[in-house]
Amino acid sequence: MTAIVKYTLIELVNKIKSKEISAVDATNAYVERIQKSKKLNAFVTETLESALEQAKKADEINQKDGALSCAPIAVKDLFCTKNVQTTASSKILKNFIPTYESTVTSKLWDQGAFLLGKLNCDEFAMGSSNETSAYGNVINPYKNNNDDLVPGGSSGGCSSAVAADLTSATVGTDTGGSIRQPAAFTGIVGLKPTYGRCSRWGIVAFASSLDQAGPMTKDVADSALMLDVISGHDEKDSTSANVKKGEFLKNLNKDIKGLKVGIPKEYIVDNMPKAIQSLWDKGIELMKDSGAIIKNISLPHTKYALPTYYIVAPAEASSNLARYDGVKYGFRAPGKDLIEMYENTRAQGFGNEVKRRIMIGTYVLSSGYYDAYYLKAQQVRRLIKNDFDSAFNEVDTILTPTAPSSAFKIGDKTEDPIAMYLNDVFTVPVNLAGLPAISLPAGMDEYGLPLGLQLIGKSFDEQTVLNAAYALEEKIGFQSQVKDWWM
Amino acid sequence: MSINKETVKKISKLSRIASNEQFEDSMIKDLNSILTFVEQLNELNIKNIEPLSSVVEQKLLQREDVVKIMNEKEDVLKNSPHKNENYFVVPKVIE
Repeated sequence: MTAIVKYTLIELVNKIKSKEISAVDATNAYVERIQKSKKLNAFVTETLESALEQAKKADEINQKDGALSCAPIAVKDLFCTKNVQTTASSKILKNFIPTYESTVTSKLWDQGAFLLGKLNCDEFAMGSSNETSAYGNVINPYKNNNDDLVPGGSSGGCSSAVAADLTSATVGTDTGGSIRQPAAFTGIVGLKPTYGRCSRWGIVAFASSLDQAGPMTKDVADSALMLDVISGHDEKDSTSANVKKGEFLKNLNKDIKGLKVGIPKEYIVDNMPKAIQSLWDKGIELMKDSGAIIKNISLPHTKYALPTYYIVAPAEASSNLARYDGVKYGFRAPGKDLIEMYENTRAQGFGNEVKRRIMIGTYVLSSGYYDAYYLKAQQVRRLIKNDFDSAFNEVDTILTPTAPSSAFKIGDKTEDPIAMYLNDVFTVPVNLAGLPAISLPAGMDEYGLPLGLQLIGKSFDEQTVLNAAYALEEKIGFQSQVKDWWM
Repeated sequence: MSINKETVKKISKLSRIASNEQFEDSMIKDLNSILTFVEQLNELNIKNIEPLSSVVEQKLLQREDVVKIMNEKEDVLKNSPHKNENYFVVPKVIE
C-alpha cells in the first residue's frame, strides 16, 4: 500500500472524499513526517495541533465537499495568515501576527484545506538558494554524495517540503523565478501564473509589478487543481485581472498535436552544462513525438533581462520595504531620536541581501540617476515584452531549460551576488513580460540531481502551458529519487 | 559610474539604514559590481521607446463609493512594538 504522504494532492482528496482514509489519518501522516524532518529546516512556524483539530472536526461533522477537502497544506511564509506568525523569513517581522488572511490562502481554506505551517524562504523572497533567510538554510532532500545542497529559492522551504512529502502541495511566490527554479532543483512542478491571475492581497510585497503567487506540486494535474482554487479577480488588489476564471483541471488535455513550440536561440548560454543541453534536446524530441511542431525563434533582448530586473526589482523593493520602520509592527531597535530609531531598526532587522537591494533601489531612484537607470530599465522592459509578443505571433508556447545548473552546495555562491543572480537567467524574462510559465521535472544530471524544463505561454493562456506540460510529463515519466536520508 | 564611500553614506541615509565602516566597505564592493552588471543596458539604443512600468492592460476598476468599516483600531495597533492607549509610541520628535 502506498504511504499516504506519497499520494498526489488529487489522489489524497479523492481518497478522503470517498472515506477510504479519514482526515485525521491524512493529517497525522504529514504531522509525523514533519516531526521527523526538522533537519531540512523547511518550516519557520508549524501549526500541527490546529491542523489535527480541524481534521478531527471535519471527520466528526463529515464535511468533505471542498475541492481541496481535508488536504493538509503548508504555505510560503510570505502569505499573511490570520493569527499565525508571518515573518517573510526576516528578523524584522519576527512575532508579526497578521489580523487578516491573504486572498490566496483564504481560498485554500474555503475549499477545505488545513494549514500545516509556514514554509521558510529567502528573506523577503530575495534570493535563489534560500540562504538569505533569517531562520537558516533549507536543505534539499536530494544530496550530492555527502554534500548538503540548496533547495533553490526563494520558495526553498516550499520546494523542499513538496519533494520530501511534508505537504500535499503548496503555494509559493515568483518575482524572478522563485517558484520555478526551486521546483527544478527539487524535482517537482512549479507554476507561475500570468501577472494578475492571482490576487497579491495579503502577500508580503517585494516587487509589486513582478510578484505573482502560484502552485508548487508533485505533478501537473495538481498544479491545475491548485490554480483553479487560488486564481480569480479580487477587488482588494487593483492589479488583479478581471478575466473569466479558467477551469484548468477540467480542460487538462494531453493532445498537443499541431501545437507550435518555439525554441529561442538566445537561451543557449555559455558554460551551460551538457546535461541541461541534452535534456532540452530530449524535451524537443518528445514534443515532436507528441505531434507538436517545433520552430526556432529569437528573443533578441534576452541577455538584457537580468540587468533590467536588477534595476526594476530593487527599485520597487526599496519603496515597498520603506514600511518597516519599527513603529507599526515587527522588530524595533532603540535610538536616541526618531531617525536613529528607524536607522537602527532597519540596520539590525534586515539581512545583507535585503540591505543590498534597498541600497541599489534607492540609488537608481535617486535624483540624478533615475533616468540613467530606472527609466532606461523600464524602456528595455518594453523591448523584452515586445520580443515575446512577436514570438507569440508565430508559436503557442516556448520551451527552455528552467535553470542553468542543478542544485548547488550550500555556501557555493554566497560570496558573489552576481553569480547568484545568474541562476535566474531563464526565468526572469517571463516576470518582466508578465507571462505564465511552468517548470516540470524532466530528468537527472550525472550527479543524480533533478533538472527542469520550462514552458512559457501567452498572457492568460495557462491552459496551453499546462496541457503541453501534461503531455511532456507523461512522455518523460519522471520518478522522485528522494531517499529519506535525514530520517 | 562608480560608487564611493560618500555615495554609500548618502544612500544609506536615504534608505534609513544605519551605516558603519564595515557596512560601507562591503557595499562599495557589491554595489559597484551590481552597477557594472546592469550598465550592459547602455549598449542598447532605446530612443523613443515607451517605458513599461506595468504589464496590466486593464483600466483601474472603480467600486461603489460606500462606507465600509474596516481596519479596526485594535487590529491596527495589535502588532506595534510600542503603544499606549490608542497611539503608536515613538521617540520624542518635537523639542
